[in-house]
Amino acid sequence: MKKYIDTGKKDTRSGFGEGLLRAGRADERVVALTADLKGSLKMDAFAAEFPERFIQCGIAEANMVGAAAGLAIAGKVPFIGSFAEFVTGRVYDQLRQEVAYGNTNVKIASSHAGITLGEDGATHQTMEDIALMRALPGMAVVNPCDYNQTVQATLAAAKYEGPVYLRFGRPSVPNFTDPEEPFQIGKAYVMNEGKDATVFCCGHLVWEALKAAEALEAEGVGVEVVNVATIKPLDEETVLSSARKTGKVLVAEEHNRAGGLGETIASVLAEKQPTKVVFMNGGDRFGQTGTPAELMALYGLDAAHIVETVKSML
Amino acid sequence: MATEKLEKIASQVRRDIVRMVSAAGSGHPGGSMSTTDILTALYFEVMDHNPATWTRAGKGQDQFILSAGHLAPVYYSILSRAGYFPVSELGTLRKLGSRLQGHPSVRRNLPGVTQASGSLGQGVSVAAGLALAKKLDGDKHCVYVLCGDGESEEGQIWEGAEFATHHSLGNLIGITDWNGQQIDGPVESVSGGGDLQLKWQAFGWNTVTADGHDMEAIVTAFGKAKELGKKTHRPTMILFKTDMGHGVDFMAGTHKWHGKAPSAQQCEAALAQLEETLGDY
Repeated sequence: MKKYIDTGKKDTRSGFGEGLLRAGRADERVVALTADLKGSLKMDAFAAEFPERFIQCGIAEANMVGAAAGLAIAGKVPFIGSFAEFVTGRVYDQLRQEVAYGNTNVKIASSHAGITLGEDGATHQTMEDIALMRALPGMAVVNPCDYNQTVQATLAAAKYEGPVYLRFGRPSVPNFTDPEEPFQIGKAYVMNEGKDATVFCCGHLVWEALKAAEALEAEGVGVEVVNVATIKPLDEETVLSSARKTGKVLVAEEHNRAGGLGETIASVLAEKQPTKVVFMNGGDRFGQTGTPAELMALYGLDAAHIVETVKSML
Repeated sequence: MATEKLEKIASQVRRDIVRMVSAAGSGHPGGSMSTTDILTALYFEVMDHNPATWTRAGKGQDQFILSAGHLAPVYYSILSRAGYFPVSELGTLRKLGSRLQGHPSVRRNLPGVTQASGSLGQGVSVAAGLALAKKLDGDKHCVYVLCGDGESEEGQIWEGAEFATHHSLGNLIGITDWNGQQIDGPVESVSGGGDLQLKWQAFGWNTVTADGHDMEAIVTAFGKAKELGKKTHRPTMILFKTDMGHGVDFMAGTHKWHGKAPSAQQCEAALAQLEETLGDY
C-alpha cells in the first residue's frame, strides 16, 4: 500500500492559522473575526500582520456572525473563528438567516471539534456540528485530516464563492498529506486502494484508518481508505465507485451518529446503490473529560477498532 | 424636499400598507404605520442613495438594514415609491412566487434589499459589519438600521451595541421605533423594563430623541445624529416616539394591529382617513 509518513505531529488548528495568514496575503478582502479566542484559533500571525483586518468581537458569537455577514455583503471575505460548539449550535439561527439564507460569503472556522478537545468535557465537545451545518441549504461542510490539508482547505475556502463550514481540531496529530496538494472542495480523496472493504472517513479518523489498513494488509486484507474531507457537497461518484468495488462499507467519524458523514454516505448509497453500511461514530452520546487518546479509545474511534470492525465485516 | 411633500408621500405609503396587508390577508400593519414617517424622511430626504446604481455591497452610498423584518409592508412600499422596483408589484405581497416575501429576502433579486431579516435582534450586528467595512474602505457614507422597542429585548442587540462602540463606528446610526407595543401587549407589560435611552447610553452610544410623526423633527434628528457620529466616532441611536398604527384612528396606539390584516370593510374605512397623493398601485 501507499506509505504515509508522519512528518511530525501538529494540530490542525495551526494549519488553519497558517492557511489564514497565506489567504490574507493573497487576498486583501480576507478579514478574520473571533469571539475572544484569537490564540486558540491560531489567528495571532494574521492579527500581527494585518491588524486592521483582524476584528476582535469579544465573547459575543451571535453578533460576530451578523457582523461577518455585513462585512461579506460589503465585499470582504470574513473568517469567523471559535470553538465548534460556539460557532454552530450557539448561533444556529444567526447562521441560518445571515449566512445561509442571506447567502453571504462567510467562512466558519470551527476549532476544537469532537471529543479530541479532551479535558474540558462535554460542554465544549460538540459531536453534532456536522449534522447542523449539513442541514443548511448551500452550506459547504469541510473536515480536513491533518495540518497540511487544513492549510490547503483554508486557502480553498477563501477562494470558494459561498458559505463554508471548516471543521478542525485541538490536539496535535500526525501530519502526513502532501503540503503542496491543493484542496478541492467537493472532492473525496482515495488515500489507499483496496478490494476487500472501504473505510470512508474524515478528520482525525483518516490517519487511524490508514494505520488500520496497514495492519490489515499484513493479514492479506485490502482496505480502500477514502478521505471524505468534504461532507457537503458530497463526491458521490467516488463514494459510489468505491462502494461498488468492495461491496463492504465502514464509515468512521468523530461525530454523533445522527446527521454525520455516516448518514450522509448511507443516504446516497440507499438511493443509488443499496449497500450495507457499518457505522463507527460517537453514537447518540455526549463526550466527557479525558485525554484525546483515552476518549477516542473509549468511544471506539481508533485504528484498533477499525481493524476489528473490518474483520467482522468480511 | 419640503415637509409637505414628505407628508404626502407618507400618506400614500400608509395607503399602500393598508391595501397590501388587507389584500394579503396577513402581515404587520401596526409597526409599518408607526415607522412610515421615519422611513419616508430617510429615503426621500436623508440618505444618499441611488436606486439606479444600488447594489447589495452599497459602495459609495448610504445603506439601510431593516432589523425588524416584519415591517416588510412599509419597507416594500417605500422602496417601490423611491424607484427601486415597480409599484405595481406591491399587490403581490405574500403571494406564491412574489419577490415580496412575507419577510425580506435577498434570494429573489428584489432591488433595495441588502439583507434578509425576520428573526429578530440581528440587524444591528449586520449594520455594524457594513459600517466597519465602510470604515476599512475609506467610504464616508453611513449605515442606518431600524429596530423595534420590543425587538430590543433580544440579547444580540446589545452584543451589537457593544461591538459598534468598541470599533468606533461613528458612521452607524440606529433608529428605534419606540411605539411601546409588541405582539403580546404594551412593552413594559411583556418584558422591556428600564429606560431604553439610558440603556443605549450605557453601551456608549450617543442618543437623540424625537417625535416620530413630526416630519421636520425627524429630519432634524437625523441631521443631529450624523453630526454626533462624526464628532464623537461613536454610533448614535435615534429613539423616535411613535404610535403603532399611526394614521388611522381605529388602528392607532394598540398592539392589536401588530400582526393583523384589516378586513375589506376595515380597509375601506382606513383608506377614507388617508389621502391618496401619488396614485394607488
